[in-house]
Amino acid sequence: MQKFFTPLHHATIPFLAMLALLLVFALPARSDVNIQEVHSEKGITAWLVEDYTVPIVTLRFAFEGGSSQDPDGREGLANLMSGLFDEGAGDLDSDAFQEKLDDVGAEMRFSSSRDAIYGSMRVLAEDRPAAFDLLRLALLQPRFDQQPIDRIRNQILTGIDAAERDPNAQARKQWMRAIYGEHPYARPDEGKRQSLAAIAPDDLRAFRKSQFARSGLHVAVVGAIDAETLKADLDHLFGDLPEGQDLKPVERVDLRLGQEIAVTYDRPQTSIQMAFPGIERSDPDFYAAMLMNEILGGGTFTSRLFAEVREKRGLAYSVGSILSNRRYSSSLGISTATRSDRASETIRIIRDVVRQMADDGPTAAELEAAKKYLIGAYAINNLNSSGAVASTMVELQLAGLGRDYISRRPALLGAVTVDDVTRVARRLLATEPAILLVGPDMKKADGQ
Amino acid sequence: MTPTGNRLCAMFLGVWLGLGVIPAAADTQVAAETKISSFTLGNGMEVVVIPDHRAPIATHMVWYKVGSADEPPGKSGIAHFFEHLMFKGTTNHAAGEFDRAVAEIGGNNNAFTSYDYTAYFETVPADALERMMSFEADRMRNLVLSDEVIATERDVVLEERRSRIDNDPGALLDEEVNATLWQNQPYRIPVIGWMQEMELLNRTDAQAFYDRYYTPNNAVLVVAGDVEADAVKTMAERTYGRIAPGPDLPPRERPVEPEQNTRRTVTLADERVSVPSFSMQWVAPSYNTAQPGEAETMDLLAEILGGGVRSRLYQELVVRKHIAVSTGASYSGTMLDDTSFTVYGAPVGQASLEEVEKAIAAEIARIADEGVSTDELEKAKKRFVRATIFARDRQSAMANIFGSTLATGGSVRDIQEWPDRIAKVTPKQVKTAAARYLVPSRSTTGYLLPLAKGGN
Repeated sequence: MQKFFTPLHHATIPFLAMLALLLVFALPARSDVNIQEVHSEKGITAWLVEDYTVPIVTLRFAFEGGSSQDPDGREGLANLMSGLFDEGAGDLDSDAFQEKLDDVGAEMRFSSSRDAIYGSMRVLAEDRPAAFDLLRLALLQPRFDQQPIDRIRNQILTGIDAAERDPNAQARKQWMRAIYGEHPYARPDEGKRQSLAAIAPDDLRAFRKSQFARSGLHVAVVGAIDAETLKADLDHLFGDLPEGQDLKPVERVDLRLGQEIAVTYDRPQTSIQMAFPGIERSDPDFYAAMLMNEILGGGTFTSRLFAEVREKRGLAYSVGSILSNRRYSSSLGISTATRSDRASETIRIIRDVVRQMADDGPTAAELEAAKKYLIGAYAINNLNSSGAVASTMVELQLAGLGRDYISRRPALLGAVTVDDVTRVARRLLATEPAILLVGPDMKKADGQ
Repeated sequence: MTPTGNRLCAMFLGVWLGLGVIPAAADTQVAAETKISSFTLGNGMEVVVIPDHRAPIATHMVWYKVGSADEPPGKSGIAHFFEHLMFKGTTNHAAGEFDRAVAEIGGNNNAFTSYDYTAYFETVPADALERMMSFEADRMRNLVLSDEVIATERDVVLEERRSRIDNDPGALLDEEVNATLWQNQPYRIPVIGWMQEMELLNRTDAQAFYDRYYTPNNAVLVVAGDVEADAVKTMAERTYGRIAPGPDLPPRERPVEPEQNTRRTVTLADERVSVPSFSMQWVAPSYNTAQPGEAETMDLLAEILGGGVRSRLYQELVVRKHIAVSTGASYSGTMLDDTSFTVYGAPVGQASLEEVEKAIAAEIARIADEGVSTDELEKAKKRFVRATIFARDRQSAMANIFGSTLATGGSVRDIQEWPDRIAKVTPKQVKTAAARYLVPSRSTTGYLLPLAKGGN
């Protein structure tokens, strides 16, 4: 509803929703970020960036697991639970809890992704103790009262209803099923009508207990707080959680490529999405793949896809590629949206750009420029607020990368050669991708 | 959609103008460190410097005091289209050179266009600031526009319109609701432009627009980050300072709204819609057109009525009555001319849109009749002040506040005094504002409905 404050941009980089996954690749090397590792008495570990410039404290944490842990028949549990932590805890019912939270002026948020449940709190430094008391209560003693459950569940159900006839939303669902098959990643985060209806307060209690434990916890703090104070806070917030998570095993999944899904939709624009194989973070060619993706269709206005599809031909407003790493799967995605009567032409051009990269790799100049960008960009992308720094530190922990990753990263990128990029381009891009088309029937559209 | 989605928008609209103000609560050291300077170059270009030394980066923005509401009749979309053209070559730099220069230092660059302003920005390592200034100053006057570049980029903005508007029934409706709310004021025309006019935009239009508006005396430079005012001044004089001023532009006096005496409705039934929703809007004064204290009152009214989960609308419709999935209110005060106040809602489960609409009307009437309590007003004020401190955590947010305010008739001082003016708003003022502006018989409502269930 912020009509007047939705300015139009020169360009948007596609896949914004997936950017969180990328933060991990973009930590500041130039910065003076000094990350302390803090261990509390009860054995909670947190990364801390102490900074008193603005009198606020930002805390972010994650429990491994996420919606891929939703039990069969209870899909949507993690998402529903994330909406209930400010709806009553301990002796405070929903109204009383929110009233207190407002009084102390704390922002508290929970959210779930496929692989983790996230929480965060941002508060003025002077109000931190009272705010953390409330967070502790929410973590340890959420009430899960029937009334708020029903209210939040109905909001989610209405969201599912609202997407029912939206071709893009329906296409997205079809796409997830097609590329992930029976894997939990194929399931919608928000669940389904039937699975949501089946969720009872006891399901929420059991799920919280299985997920909120110290073994899968990662914590980051930024702002006006010192290590000693934080140690006590960590024990206060997380020290009474059980030691071990009770996670069900999730299998790795390879994307089902080499298929085309067309969702017919009579509009003047066709959206195009392609999925290629991705690469594991542990793979020796991972950094070569990052650079290759940057040159192909990364986050600047200088990529090959941007030049060929937009700058030279005006076929689309947004076009780009992204390398994405989930815990149990990886992929390289390309996406754009183009006028329907030129959709076939656009696909042909994207395929040409991809083929060229797979056949010939990058030029030395392109590789040099991409290295400079990726090495330099992290300070700007990840130091622009306390929240961003905290979020980055949690993602680094989830990915199993050490605090020294920040200082190691420039050398890891710097060591990549043209041959490395060419090799990894061939490996990822020579495969026939999965393609999703949402728009008018392509043959008819071409004939117009 | 997440269940908490509608909570996120709570603060941002209401406190836009106030974000980044140094509140009295902050300690003196912090206040000293965030000392904001402003000055004007010899050629009339205004400059604001916002030091933030936490990281060695700087956000460099140039705001032109021209937006879609300044476009000549029949040329809708030219302001935004022209913004795209600013990324093409100049007499000194080939197309793409600026973008590459930003990318190779790991920087971000982009631009945006709104009703009252167009802004260009780069976020870069602080030591690259003068280089950015040099590029930005160059394209202020030396752009080269060829017919070929025009044709290709016009296709890009047409695709952008299809992506943003034509593909989204809610956006299509909003466009026509605005065109109905505003009968005379140019905010009735969408920033991106009407399709049939966009298709005809040409090089002559672009060149005329450039020559008229892209001058140092019509621009505001905002630099936030690891910089000092003196150094910024020296660099700005070496770059922007060398550009000759353009002719004085006439005052931005645009047609304003006639008195509204009707209740207007706009309805879109679309096959893509399953859950109905509506929004109701009123013309309201902006910070630039309001009497003293009135815009601050509107900000607080929006916060109390519909700013997040503790607001009256959310508590009454979502929590107590269980009839809405989402509801809220917003006020966009940072506009050059009169602006709008909006309420919105959508039913949950089996509830009807009519129930939601009635309940929202009842809450508005309750404020207009009975006013607000001192307690809830003080809580809303406290949230605003807090948000100003949170905002200082984001360099780009600070730069945006100053740029948008200065481009819409406000001053640095207005921003600095905002918390004091908010503190002075009384419960009586809130009641009076609700009664005066939120009148159902003089409103504009947009309905977004499923196709199967028919129209109204």
